[in-house]
Amino acid sequence: MSNRHYLHVDGVGMVFDTGKSKFTALVDVNLKVGRGEVISIIGHSGCGKSTLLNIVAGLTPQTSGVLLLENKEVAGPGPDRAVVFQNHSLLPWLSVYDNVRLAVDKVHSRRMDRKQRHDWVLHNLDLVGMSHAIDKRPHEISGGMKQRVGIARGLAMEPKILLMDEPFGALDALTKANLQDTLMDIQQKLGNTVMIITHDVDEAVLLSDKIVMMTNGPSATIGEICEVKLPRPRKRLELASNPEYIRARTAVLSFLYERQRHPKTAA
Amino acid sequence: MAMTAMNAAKPEIPKMASDTNSAEIVRIRPGFAATVASAMKSSPKIAGIAAVVIPPLVVTAILLLIWELLCHSPTSSLPAPTKIWSDSRDLIVDPFFVAGSQDIGLGWRVLTSLQRVFYGYGLAAVVGILVGAVIGQSVWVMRGLDPIFQILRTVPPLAWLPISLAAFRDANPSAIFVIFITAIWPIMINTAVGIRNIPQDYRNVARVLRLNHAEFFVKIMLPSAAPYIFTGLRIGIGLSWLAIVAAEMLTGGVGIGFFIWDAWNSSRISDIIVALAYIGIVGFVLDRIVAAIGNTITRGTARN
Repeated sequence: MSNRHYLHVDGVGMVFDTGKSKFTALVDVNLKVGRGEVISIIGHSGCGKSTLLNIVAGLTPQTSGVLLLENKEVAGPGPDRAVVFQNHSLLPWLSVYDNVRLAVDKVHSRRMDRKQRHDWVLHNLDLVGMSHAIDKRPHEISGGMKQRVGIARGLAMEPKILLMDEPFGALDALTKANLQDTLMDIQQKLGNTVMIITHDVDEAVLLSDKIVMMTNGPSATIGEICEVKLPRPRKRLELASNPEYIRARTAVLSFLYERQRHPKTAA
Repeated sequence: MAMTAMNAAKPEIPKMASDTNSAEIVRIRPGFAATVASAMKSSPKIAGIAAVVIPPLVVTAILLLIWELLCHSPTSSLPAPTKIWSDSRDLIVDPFFVAGSQDIGLGWRVLTSLQRVFYGYGLAAVVGILVGAVIGQSVWVMRGLDPIFQILRTVPPLAWLPISLAAFRDANPSAIFVIFITAIWPIMINTAVGIRNIPQDYRNVARVLRLNHAEFFVKIMLPSAAPYIFTGLRIGIGLSWLAIVAAEMLTGGVGIGFFIWDAWNSSRISDIIVALAYIGIVGFVLDRIVAAIGNTITRGTARN
């Protein structure tokens, strides 16, 4: 957290032009993420949190504002902002190994020789606990395992920031908890900077240093930022009765369900 | 031929469904399954082969018998199976005899025709996939070319023959061109659809990795669109074989198509029927070869 200006989102806005009408998704989003920080972005569906992640990833170009990563303006997608997609997005015709290898070959071809790249793929699959299934194809492994491989692919690119778009949204509660623990372990070990999109309050509090709460769309923006000052490593069982955990959780819940009641649930 | 190719090229979902059904039957009626399993255990291979081979043999025998009865009379306009055997025995038993420049086995004729198909179809596959990829990638190109393609693809293969004879002034390249122009449409259109249907997720993966155009084509586009491409290739090979026989009837030379026309002019009806059997079998084998290559290459692509 030494560098407060590692990722700098400055006045970012997004207007989708749908031909007949214009839809304003995001207005004046300002956000600073320090190196090694884990931040989560939470909000009701339709609040533009995925749009924000796509803008940071460069997959959707913003219509106003700038993005700075290590004081350099970013435009367009790149491996320095690796994305772990919600639906894992593994290529089904490649094995687990080859899915990660494709990324490693492309990103590290100059820096590593063949042997080093091979070892690097195995190392990252080992980090996420998938060494046992390197020759399996995506359809042969479970949803949680696919997401593990997705995370390995993201980590293997050695991104400056790892962007995760509701990475555990489609998983059952137990698998989700396992993956959250794995992610925390890895982040603790490597000190990655991570941005997670989520709609799960407990997940946000457990994983993040900062929780960014989005107001409802259209014209969504950041409503509030909640810092979570819990020491790491965090153990989910001990946290349940921790006052700081309860404070942060209550803060997020009251934001989401008192001040930003979802238009549909309010009706 | 084209119909069977299209039917056969449907996604193999029913097969998977029947797998789960059989699994359920095993669960619901373990006793029954055990009986079947022990019966199969005694000679599983022979029983399996017999179950596949016997029904078509029986049905073929019955059909031949009906045919024999219908065409038995000496005044019948078409020959009965026994008459075909006595008339055209040399053609049936030895596909590769050579007894003169125009008196050769049907195997040689089929190979000549296959060679033309090979050139025409090969060219159509390469050009069709490349052009199809461009059409699938670019909305502008698609809008520009689509109406032209929709009209051109309905032109029957043989209608291309006179114009290609005029252009090439030779029978062989003309026949190859007819194959090319017949096979290219399904290959191109299916490739374009396959490319258009590449999930946005795969495109996003490619963008994050900053794959260049060549890498994207080889690593994402081709494997992702492969099931569609092979559907097109399979329809294409069927149409090619369809067209070559017709084209050769008109251009002459050595192919199997010309043989039929020649036999008709010399009233050798039995020879025509033998040639039809050759054409059918070769068409079937071609379809199966393309399907087998497709299944090997697209292994796992369709499933996710």
